[in-house]
This record gives sequence, C-alpha cells and structure tokens, in this order.
Amino acid sequence: MSLDLAVRLDRGSFSLEVAVAAEPGEVLAVLGPNGAGKSTLLGVLSGLLRPDAGHVRVGGRTVTDVEAGVFVPPHRRGVGLLAQQALLFPHMTAAANVAFGPRAHGVPRREAEDRARALLADVLPDVPGLADRRPAQLSGGQQQRVALARAIAPDPELLLLDEPLAALDIDAAPAMRALLRRMIREGKQTAVLVTHSALDALVLADRVVVLGRGRVVEQGPTREVLGRPRSAFTARIAGLDLIPGTWRAGMLHAGDRMVAGMAESVDEGGSAVAVFPPSAVAVHVEEPTGSPRNVLPVRLASIEPRGDVVRLRAAPRPGGPDWLDGLAADVTPAAVADLAVEPGADLWFAVKATEVQVHPA
Amino acid sequence: MKRLLIAGVALVALAACSSPSQSASTEQPAESRTLTVFAAASLTESFNALEQTFEQQNPGVDVVLSYGGSSDLAQQIVNGAPADVFAAASDSTMKTVTDAQLTAAAPTIFATNVLQIATAPGNPKGVAAFADLAKPDLKTVVCAPQVPCGAATAKIEQSTGVDIPAVSEEPDVKSVLAKVSTGNADAGLVYVTDVNASKGQVQGVSFPESSAAKTNYPIAVVKNAPQAELAQKWVALVEGQDGANILGAQGFGRP
Amino acid sequence: MLPVLGLFQRAAWARMPELLLSDAALSALRLSLETAAISTGLCILLGGPLAVVLARSAMPGLRTVRSIVLLPLVLPPVVGGLALLFLLGRTGLVGRQLDLWFGLTIPFTTAAVVLAQTFVAMPFLVVSLEGALRTAGRRYESVAATLGASPALAFRRITIPLVLPGLMSGAVLAFARCMGEFGATIAFAGSLQGTTRTLPLLVYQEREVDVDGAVALSLLLVVVAVIVIIVGRPRQLEGLS
Repeated sequence: MSLDLAVRLDRGSFSLEVAVAAEPGEVLAVLGPNGAGKSTLLGVLSGLLRPDAGHVRVGGRTVTDVEAGVFVPPHRRGVGLLAQQALLFPHMTAAANVAFGPRAHGVPRREAEDRARALLADVLPDVPGLADRRPAQLSGGQQQRVALARAIAPDPELLLLDEPLAALDIDAAPAMRALLRRMIREGKQTAVLVTHSALDALVLADRVVVLGRGRVVEQGPTREVLGRPRSAFTARIAGLDLIPGTWRAGMLHAGDRMVAGMAESVDEGGSAVAVFPPSAVAVHVEEPTGSPRNVLPVRLASIEPRGDVVRLRAAPRPGGPDWLDGLAADVTPAAVADLAVEPGADLWFAVKATEVQVHPA
Repeated sequence: MKRLLIAGVALVALAACSSPSQSASTEQPAESRTLTVFAAASLTESFNALEQTFEQQNPGVDVVLSYGGSSDLAQQIVNGAPADVFAAASDSTMKTVTDAQLTAAAPTIFATNVLQIATAPGNPKGVAAFADLAKPDLKTVVCAPQVPCGAATAKIEQSTGVDIPAVSEEPDVKSVLAKVSTGNADAGLVYVTDVNASKGQVQGVSFPESSAAKTNYPIAVVKNAPQAELAQKWVALVEGQDGANILGAQGFGRP
Repeated sequence: MLPVLGLFQRAAWARMPELLLSDAALSALRLSLETAAISTGLCILLGGPLAVVLARSAMPGLRTVRSIVLLPLVLPPVVGGLALLFLLGRTGLVGRQLDLWFGLTIPFTTAAVVLAQTFVAMPFLVVSLEGALRTAGRRYESVAATLGASPALAFRRITIPLVLPGLMSGAVLAFARCMGEFGATIAFAGSLQGTTRTLPLLVYQEREVDVDGAVALSLLLVVVAVIVIIVGRPRQLEGLS
C-alpha cells in the first residue's frame, strides 16, 4: 500500500469519516460536490489538518496516528501538492522554483539544477530559455506546467492534485491533461486527484472515490463507477440522471412510480438505479401521450446554459418524490424559447425506455 | 492645567459674546471695539490681569491677547498680522519690527527680567550660587544662545568666567522649566517670572550676577494700528501704576 | 509642493555654502543621519517580529496590540516625547530604576534621540510590513512545506524575499520620519549640538535669529527627503500619486 488512510475529523457541524487506500503508482480520483470534504481530506493528507482519530500511512510510513500520538509535519511527509493556482515563487526563475524541492531535501546545488532543467525540458520542450524566466513572464498554462515539474522534482511518495485544471482556460486544459496523464499515470506516480470533472477522472485516475457529506459514497475502478453510478452525486458528476428504486417484474419501482429501462444482470427484488443522459429527456408543458414509457411530473427549478444546449433542472412538485430533485434535461435554446417557461413552472420529463440503463445498486 | 481651563472658558465666552456684539456694533459702532495685543509668552499672567482692568476702564472694548515667542510674533507682524500693540521680551526681537519701520513711535522699555536658577522644590542638590552650575555632576539645562534667555545666560557666563556644561540647550524658556519640573534636570536657568508662574513646581535660587544681564521688555504701538488710540491707552496702562503693580507681583523689575 | 517652492523663493542662495557648511549644520546633519539610520535599524529589529505576529498570529487581543502599535502615528509627537519622559526620564517609571541600579539616565543623550525617533517611526514600518505579509499570505509557505522546506527555510527563502519590497518601503518611510522628528526629541532628549540637536531642532532654533539659516537647513532636509524617496521608492507613496 502506498497510501492507507482511515480518519475521523469533526469541525462543528461538519464531520469527515473516510478510509481510502491506493497501491503504489495508482491514481485515485476523489469526486464529490462542494462541501463533501475533498479539501479536508487533502488537508489531512498533506498535514495541514490534524484528524481527531485514525491514521495516515504514506509509502509504508505512518505520518499521522492519533492514538499513537504521531504527527509528521507537512515538510517531512514526502507529500507533494499541485493546486489550482500554480503558486510559483515569484522571486525565483522557473529553474530555481523546480530546484527548490530537491535543494530543501539536501540535494547539492548542481544536481538540483540539472534535475530542474531536465524536468522543465520534459514538461515544456518547445519553449527555449524557459528555465531562466520569472513566473510573471510565463502564461497561465506554462506556469502550471512548471508547477507540475516543481511538485514532482523531489520525488514525492504521494502527489496531491487539487483541481489542477480548474483555473486553466479551455485551450490550455487539454494539453495539461495529457501532460498529467503522461507524467503521473504513465510515470507511475502515486497520486490523489481531487476534481469536479468526470473527464479528468476518466483520463487520469485508475480508481474513483466519491465523497458526500464527509463519507465515502462509493468507490471502485473509474469506468465502472462513472459508467454505472449508484448515487445521485456520482451520476451528477458523471453528467447522468439517476433514479433509485427496487427492481421488480421488469420495472424499477421508485415509490409509487415505475421506470422502464434496459436492465443488466439485476436481481429480482434487489435495489437498483435507473440511469440516463440528460440529452435523452424530452420536455413537455402538457402531459404527453405517445411512445415514451417514462413520463415524470416535475417542477422546473433552474435553467442553466451549457455550451450549445440548455440544461433544465427539475425539482419535485409539492408532495412529489425526493428523487426527482436535480434531474436534468438538456434541450436546445430554441426549444426553451418554444416552451416559454420560467423556474417554478410545472413540466413533464419524458424518457424512452431504450435510453434508460438499470444497474444494481 | 488650571490656566488652560481658564483660557478655554475665556475663548468660549469670547465666541459667545462676539456674535451679538457684532450685530450691536452696526447700531453703536463706537461702543464695541477690539484691541489686539501681541505679547511675549512670559507676559501671560500679567497681561491677563491687565486685560480685566483695561476692559473695566474702557467699556465696550474687547482686548484680544495673542501670546507667543517674541520672534514668532515679530515675524507675524512683519508679515502683516493685524496687531495694535507689540510687547516683546527682548530688544532684538523688537528690532525686527522697528527695522521694518512698522512701529508708530520708538519703543519704550516697560519692564525688565532677570535670570534665576530653577531647581526641584526643596533644592535637593543644594544649588546656592551661579558658580555651582559648573559642577560636572549637576545636570543643568539652559536656553539656546539664539533666544533671549540663552543670550542672557551666555552673557553671565562670560562676565563671571563660569562655564556651564549644559546637558541641553532648549529652544525656549518653557522647555527648560519642563525639564526641571519633571525632575530630568537638576537645575535650569530661567527668568524669575517663570519661577513665580510655575506655582511651586520649581524653586528659584537668585544670584547677584543676574543683574549683569537684564532682559528688557520693550512695547510699541504698531504703525497704522486699526485701534491706534486704544493702543496708546494700553501702553499707558502697562507703563502706569496699575501695570507696575501687576508686573512687579510677577517678579518683573522696573526699567 | 507649493510650500516647498516658497522655501526656494525665500532662500539666500549666495550665503548657502556658508550656512550649510557651518559646524552647527554639519554636526546636526551627521547626527540626524546617524540617529535616523540606527532608529530605522531598531524599527526593523523590533517592528519586524511584531509585524509577523500581527499578520500571522491568531491570538486574542491582537486588535488591541495593533491599536497600541499604531498609537504613535496619531499621537502628537510632543505627547510621545512626554510619555517617554515619564517612562524613561530620571523620575520616570522605568527611568528611576535605571538611575537607581545602573546610574543610567537617558534624557539628554543620543540614545534618547534614537528612542524618540524609533517610537514615532515604528508604526510606519509595522504597517508597511504587516500589509506586505498579509498580501503575500501563507499559500507560498504551504507550497514550500509540501516541497520539503522546514518553516525556518520557508520563512528565509520564501517569505522574506516576498515581503522585502514592503519591508524596504516601510524602512524608507521610517527613516524619513526619523529625519523629520522634532516634537518627541525636544521633549525627551533636549537639544545640544553634536549630542541631541538634530537638523529639525537646529532649524527651529535658527529661525529665532537667522531666518536665512533656517531656510537653508530646511532646504537641506527637503533634499535629504527627496533622495530618500528616490532611492527607496516606497510603493505605497507611488500608489498614491
């Protein structure tokens, strides 16, 4: 085990109680909505926060053990960090930034310098003279690449990636994502990646841990978890709609409603979830009649533009079931104009059964 | 502190009186007039007392007294300050004004002042004579030679051959007094009137050599004074018996 | 700017060399530069750690401490001088003990000038440095820690270089304030050529007898101030203009 963590931490009304582990060279993605405890988890790993109970072991070394009174300070943990902001030291050149970690670990100046230049050439091969530039002379994407080189320069046992792509503009993000994949995943660097993006998780992570309100909601291999989400959180992150229920007689029973879908090795009478993409949802002002098998009465909660589509978010009508909360339908702006509705209006979401996947949960 | 309070009260009273008297002045212009007197700070107690006498003798006249360092006041008059009378604490500062030909007539000397040694109450160091100030273990402060009290000090040092190893040459006599009254200096050379005005905070030690450096207090009506006639009356009051009594009580000598 | 123009217009340029090269003027200039330099050093030595505590510590009562530190900024300097006198003067709270046990008296010494200047100039340094520390934040230090830097190393290699411009401009402001200090000095230290009579004290005294001399010395102070600002280029001042 390269990472083994089981901790509890209480801060007022919030509590974090999680256990996660990662094999050497494994990349673990931590997903979850805001306030789920992702940052707290990173704080516990890096040593900025002390848990109230439990232990953290990194690379076979115990860095936190509350019961045994062990707490290794951040700078002796061998835990690196690449955050949203590059946070390059503004008074140092790119090379000096990258050499800082090795120097702090006692590597001789020349050796640290050589390593820094080699790493910089690796992360930014086509920018000559980069090593001697100050951070202010670099673009945001270049800064983040230098920050990556800096983070891996001291050979950390564990690298924390805190939404490393969130602050980059959309042009720079794909290249940085590819670089991270090469340097981290293919470089067999054990890492914990905190992200909001299913894409980042799919590209970069071997396994996924989904946090909700300080607890692990689900975890497993990335493709499995995101492809067949079993919680509304995961589905939301994966960009999918999800209805929980029980599988009986070829239908998913959710309260007094039934959802038709394509089932995949689901046990009769077992709990299951129905999953479908928001783009498969048709929206009606009047209750539709016709082929769609699944017609859900909802109240419109919000209208969110998303690129070239508009996402309509549903809430249950008064007295309606909770699981309708957050269901999404992606429609074209023209369709929204035709509907002429505002949040608070009553609508019908219709989904063809062939678009609905039912997974055991 | 008490004096400050009185000054404050007087200011408030002045402010309260001035607006109605102004409206009255349009009906009886002769009745409400303001006489502005610039006077050396050491004259504060004496001139405050004389102000009351003057205002009793001249109903409807308001005397406004502006106290300050003599040289500051002289500079202000040279630069056009609207003074009627100037009473200085040295001949040289009055000379600034006469050189600018800003006095109505030649100044006259109305009082003299002499130096005294100020010590802590009870004179703990036993300072008895001017020569004692030369003792190296005695912390003595004096005025800087540029100001009148310092000039007088230098003159006595010269005539007596006593060299005072002063620890500080202060820019004015009140600073000397403060260093002694706070106990930071053992002795200071100030005017006898300053010792009297300190109300027991310092003890005075007279010495005969002081008469060698008498400081003259000249007074003059300022040229083109707005209230020339009242200004003459003020000078007369200061030089008359009332003035002599009040100045004498403060320790001033007669010329 | 206009008042300074007034000084230039009033200056007796022909007498300038004689006025500025007098013993009194040269010794006052030397004393001013020396004491201001020492005081600025003291401000950094004492105010530096104080600024770090103010910017970084979360202990209770910090607001009160800050208010006390900033007090000299809003206090008339002469009041500061009196306060020093009643604390460190021969009959003062601490001064009496110093006199009793060590035979030390502070008033009328160059040390008193330095103390007075340090007292009035310290807030400039503390405010400047605290602002720089807050702006820099702790993010860079946290990053340095994840790279293996101990808190001491991070402070030396990261924090100090980051706040150096703020420290410099604070030191420049403090030095300028020390050069101009009058009220606290005259109240606490007195005035004696070569020992406690700094340039501003000499100006105040010269104007009694020789306005030309006072103006010449004032211009000298203006020149020193301009040099200090050009050399130090305090960021705050540039931000204002």
